[in-house]
Amino acid sequence: MAKLIERIEIAPNVHECTVDARDIAAKVRPGQFIIIIPDEYSERTPITVADWDIEKGTITFIFLSIGSSTEQLMELQPGEEIYSLTGPLGKAFDMEKFGRVALVGGCYGIGGIFPAARALKEQGNEVICYSEARSNFLLYWDEKLEEISDEVKYATTDASKGHKGHAHDQLQSDLEKGIKYDRVIAVGCTFMMYRISQVTRPFKLKTIVSMNPIMIDGTGMCGACRIEVDGTTRFACVDGPHFDGHLVNWDLIMARRKAYLEEEIVSQERQNYGKS
Amino acid sequence: MREQPAAERVRNYDEVPYGYSPREAILEAERCLMCKKPKCIAGCPVEIDIPGFIQFIADNDFKGGITLLKEKNILPAICGRVCPQEEQCEKVCVVGVKNEPVAIGRLERFLADWEAEQGEAELPPKPKSTGKKIVIVGAGPAGITAAADLVRLGHKVDMFEALHEPGGVLVYGIPEFRLPKAIVFREINYLERLGVRIFMDHVIGMIKSIDELLGEYDAVFLGTGAGLPWFLNVPGENLNGIYSANEYLTRANLMKAYLFPKYKTPIIKGKVVVTVGGGNVAMDCARTALRLGAEQSIILYRRSRLEMPARDEEIHHAEEEGVNFRLLSTPAAFLGDERNWLREVECIRMELGEPDDSGRRRPVPIPDANYIMPIDVAIIAIGNSPNPLIPNTTPDLETGKWGNIVTDPETGKTSMPGVFAGGDVATGAATVILAMGAGKVAARNIHEYVMEKD
Repeated sequence: MAKLIERIEIAPNVHECTVDARDIAAKVRPGQFIIIIPDEYSERTPITVADWDIEKGTITFIFLSIGSSTEQLMELQPGEEIYSLTGPLGKAFDMEKFGRVALVGGCYGIGGIFPAARALKEQGNEVICYSEARSNFLLYWDEKLEEISDEVKYATTDASKGHKGHAHDQLQSDLEKGIKYDRVIAVGCTFMMYRISQVTRPFKLKTIVSMNPIMIDGTGMCGACRIEVDGTTRFACVDGPHFDGHLVNWDLIMARRKAYLEEEIVSQERQNYGKS
Repeated sequence: MREQPAAERVRNYDEVPYGYSPREAILEAERCLMCKKPKCIAGCPVEIDIPGFIQFIADNDFKGGITLLKEKNILPAICGRVCPQEEQCEKVCVVGVKNEPVAIGRLERFLADWEAEQGEAELPPKPKSTGKKIVIVGAGPAGITAAADLVRLGHKVDMFEALHEPGGVLVYGIPEFRLPKAIVFREINYLERLGVRIFMDHVIGMIKSIDELLGEYDAVFLGTGAGLPWFLNVPGENLNGIYSANEYLTRANLMKAYLFPKYKTPIIKGKVVVTVGGGNVAMDCARTALRLGAEQSIILYRRSRLEMPARDEEIHHAEEEGVNFRLLSTPAAFLGDERNWLREVECIRMELGEPDDSGRRRPVPIPDANYIMPIDVAIIAIGNSPNPLIPNTTPDLETGKWGNIVTDPETGKTSMPGVFAGGDVATGAATVILAMGAGKVAARNIHEYVMEKD
């Protein structure tokens, strides 16, 4: 059990949670995730760890309330125990001196790239972050990212901050302008990571994506999180979650993520309109 | 033994056999010949004094019976239900030469259930503390057995479990209608009352390394169980609607998807559900599908009924409930629609050829005899490899061809001093009782090891 210390809505429907989890804080490395069950009835929900404090013994993660189990997470009040929290899980990002690295974050992934950016900077890399959202008010952690990066580039579809459009077209025009990167890391929704991989492919630019398929146990037992990489079935929970974006079968992962849409509607109706 | 009628039970999750009444148990116990040199004990992986406990039942002393039984077996309510007795103790029972063997498993279950009805089970006298600390990784059958034996020898025992509930395969894998979860939790509660501390949500290898555990404890037992499921490696296997048996059963059992939407983990129910495989796990999947409302639950197995590895009782229960067996058939491909949903399976027809390494006749495809069936859910129940997490994060630990932790079966010792292992992580997918047997062997050797140390 882990105690919820703080939950802040840092942007509309984007929540930053800090949890008392000393053992995990001591072990977690950039790119790893935890699995949370908010209450007895909820699903096992994988969430990327966005920050941690070894001295205070806390971990921080960002989640969007998009399903009945994440909605349940919002019911929890500071001081309450979370029904179940397990981690760290998955492999960490490879961290070494690559040279100049671009990290692209969207939605929960803005938090997701933060620890990787911080560690890469400490390793002596030049670190450029791309942070994207539909509008300025949906961006978060701007100062946090700016503090640890050489540069943070913003993209908003309504042009309220930075480039007008998406991070992938911003990255594309940067690459076309001749800006050189030695590696790209993308964390966020599947479609964004797919578009980033499409952009970097012609430049033969190594691109690591952080896959987020449906998981159950998250410990290499059930096989729910299987994806196809380079024609082979791989398991995101123990083989990943990070894979080469140019080798991922994107059509398959997008279809597999939609497998339970109808059930999610039933589950949310129950949540919103009383239990029957 | 009396059972819930098949037509009724496919609509609920309640246990199928009702269990003996005291009168029925005594009558059955009286059939035992009380052999001077009982073969049944040698047939038991955990060496239960079988004629001993049966004699107590025949004498109407159920308390004496359960006390004797529990000296060797901490989980009688579970073993009485899921052990393959027909392959072990009952197989060698002398009564069985001419008649039905004594129903040892049912008598074992009877005593355990009788004890539960009497209220909280009595604890054995507290042993003298040895001052030694032992850690068990994985709260499944192997770990529970090792923990029980070690705590009763006076060691301090801590147990780490990766999932949010203890029990391992007993909880995530075996369905409620075959092994009610309340029974598992009762047995685990007994373990805690003996003094074992169980920590859930701890994935060893990630939160703590084996080396760190060796720094805190005198010995480590690894019983981390099953790992990644095997698939057939045929086209279309990642379509939506195709599950591994582990995923299907974990959703249904551990996450209680059969109570969706009260419990929020969904499961695709399907009208025509195909399970591929012929073992106990395949039977569990096919029977779960019926209870989830499938109109047709079909087992595809590549050999014939004779070679099926499942227990006769399980096959029999599945048949009674209306599971349809398509033998000598295996998928060649799964076919889906444009949205990646499973729609059909193309099957290869087989015939049996010469025996293979396992001694069973090898299935050989019949050319040009493939056929197509419309289906909406498929479950692949052809086995799994051992759990990869600890081998992946412990380079010093020697592993075998299948990723299993190499152990000496006589002692449970691994390549690392002070580290022992047993159960599926050492042998690959096997049975609950074999895992318990391995837990027992390891416990004996862990005891020796820690007592000789320093």
